[in-house]
Amino acid sequence: MSLDTRAAVTVDAKAAREIRTTKSTNSDKVVGGVSHVILALWSLVVILPMLWTLLGSFKTTKEIFKSPFGLPANWSFENYVNAWVKNNFGPMFLNTVIVVSAALILVMLLGAMCAYVLARFSVPGSRVIYYLMLAGLTFPPFLAIVPLFFILQGMQLLNTLPGLIITYVAFALPFTVFFLFSFFKSLPYEIQEAAYVDGASEWRTFFQVMLPMAKPGLAAVAIMNFLGLWNQFLLPISLNTNRDNYVLSQGMASFASSAGYQVDFGALFAAVIITIVPVLIVYILFQRQLQGSVSQGTSK
Amino acid sequence: MSTGGPGGYGGGLDTVAVTAARTGGRKAPRLGQRRLTFDYVSFLLVFLVLPVALFLVFVISPFIQAIYYAMTNWTGFSPKMSFVGLDNFVKLFQNTTFLQAMANNALLALVVPLITIVIALIFASMITVGGPSHGPVRGLVGSSFYRVVSFFPYVIPAIVIAILWSMIYQPSNGLLNGLLRALGAPNMIDWLGDQRTAMGATIFVIVWSMVGFYMVLFIAAIKGIPGETLEAARIDGAGRFRTVVSILLPQMRDNVQTAYIYLGIMALDAFVYMAGLNASGGPNNSTLVMSQYLFRTAFEKGQFGLATAMGVVLAAITLIFAGLVIGVFRLIGGKDEGGRS
Repeated sequence: MSLDTRAAVTVDAKAAREIRTTKSTNSDKVVGGVSHVILALWSLVVILPMLWTLLGSFKTTKEIFKSPFGLPANWSFENYVNAWVKNNFGPMFLNTVIVVSAALILVMLLGAMCAYVLARFSVPGSRVIYYLMLAGLTFPPFLAIVPLFFILQGMQLLNTLPGLIITYVAFALPFTVFFLFSFFKSLPYEIQEAAYVDGASEWRTFFQVMLPMAKPGLAAVAIMNFLGLWNQFLLPISLNTNRDNYVLSQGMASFASSAGYQVDFGALFAAVIITIVPVLIVYILFQRQLQGSVSQGTSK
Repeated sequence: MSTGGPGGYGGGLDTVAVTAARTGGRKAPRLGQRRLTFDYVSFLLVFLVLPVALFLVFVISPFIQAIYYAMTNWTGFSPKMSFVGLDNFVKLFQNTTFLQAMANNALLALVVPLITIVIALIFASMITVGGPSHGPVRGLVGSSFYRVVSFFPYVIPAIVIAILWSMIYQPSNGLLNGLLRALGAPNMIDWLGDQRTAMGATIFVIVWSMVGFYMVLFIAAIKGIPGETLEAARIDGAGRFRTVVSILLPQMRDNVQTAYIYLGIMALDAFVYMAGLNASGGPNNSTLVMSQYLFRTAFEKGQFGLATAMGVVLAAITLIFAGLVIGVFRLIGGKDEGGRS
């Protein structure tokens, strides 16, 4: 490790001198230029649809039909009001926040506990559990969806928020356990020993010693889980069909399919913007950590 | 990650701790002496039994039940259910709509990962080694802007992406035809309503939403390659293209394989995208996928036995796909296997 850095540093120093003396060659300019053009074009392909939607969300349906680029005659928030009221966005937003935050807290807690035991204790059957988790990660949720529907029905949990929370937790568990397993494994054993020697119970060792040490890993998994749960679609549309309990993703889908008949495009544009803005804010705030956790996930 | 440990503590200490853990093997030291105190038992009950029970009840048991239901003619709401053996599977493989959906899925699983990975690899290489050809291997100037922008679609809910693009593809007032009209193309194409373009348009949407994520993954993988390797290649006279093909790609084989499997599994599902783009399955079922057909059979027609049989077929195809990908990558990478590991 230390050898690596030393080598890199010396190369850098030498190279720095070199840069001052040499100028960019022609091929450098061509490759750099072409790369910039291609990447800029892709960025445009990503940004343009969003800008167009933002613009459309302020237009009347008539204006939308007239020209895709024209500016709205007067910038009004009427579409937003329509989308919010017609689509029951308020309660749906609240449902989503309740379900996602409850499921996130539960899955992080249970996942961390389970990963800790699997990684650091020799419990009989832990191999079997590990492979079952792997199966849970690979098999398509579509295989489970019909029996799951009847399991929840039998427990009186179908079409309820607690039912949805519990299934979210169960389906996010394998990923959480896998990621945290390798993380807990890499923590030093000496510290755990020291806690025991000092007389800490198993519970205390976990909550006061091991869990705080796992913070970077927990943060990375929590961000990934948040996105996964916020965007969850299949579980709510099959297990949560009561309109009062709708979450955002399924509400958007039903709104879009009904808007197809009434052709209230302005409101649809506004609804899309309403759902994108919260994730955009989260993304801008956590952009660094998010890309960091994606990279961490690969280097396992 | 497993060797380096979470950054934070100094190199030396870290290494000692890791080797200590390594020599101890998988088992934690002193565990043999652990007595079944109240503390330890309650700890195991809550820490292991609770999450595993939840997982078994809501994930594993439905998987197992599905295999049984797949062999019944169950319609769900009536208690009557008789065992029909493999009849459902025979029925499925004679059902032209299902076969069509399967073919569409196969196409998606082949094309979506391929296009996504190729684009992501090109972008990642441009960003990491696209800089000047003298001095250390450097990336493009200002590349973090591209990274931030192209990663963004990954965080938008997939259903919203699909709805957004269904509006862009609108024949009369969509963005795409509007652009084409501005460029002088007269005839308007109904992108999602025309059998010839529906699938291509759908594939583009999935690729659009995934490229940035895999680009970031690949950039991380490239950054993980030791700088000396790239330096050595450059001193030996390798240009950028040669560096990418001969140095980066072989080193990233595992990352690309994982990406192929993940993207393929996602494409075999594809339910969310289809639900937003063409909920009915597209013109002449040209974008119908198995998951959509399964959902419809189960929750609209109530043929739960048949629907779970589809789930079993989908799961089998997913496993076969993952096996195939691993096999193919082993074949491709066979010759440089000895060099690393």
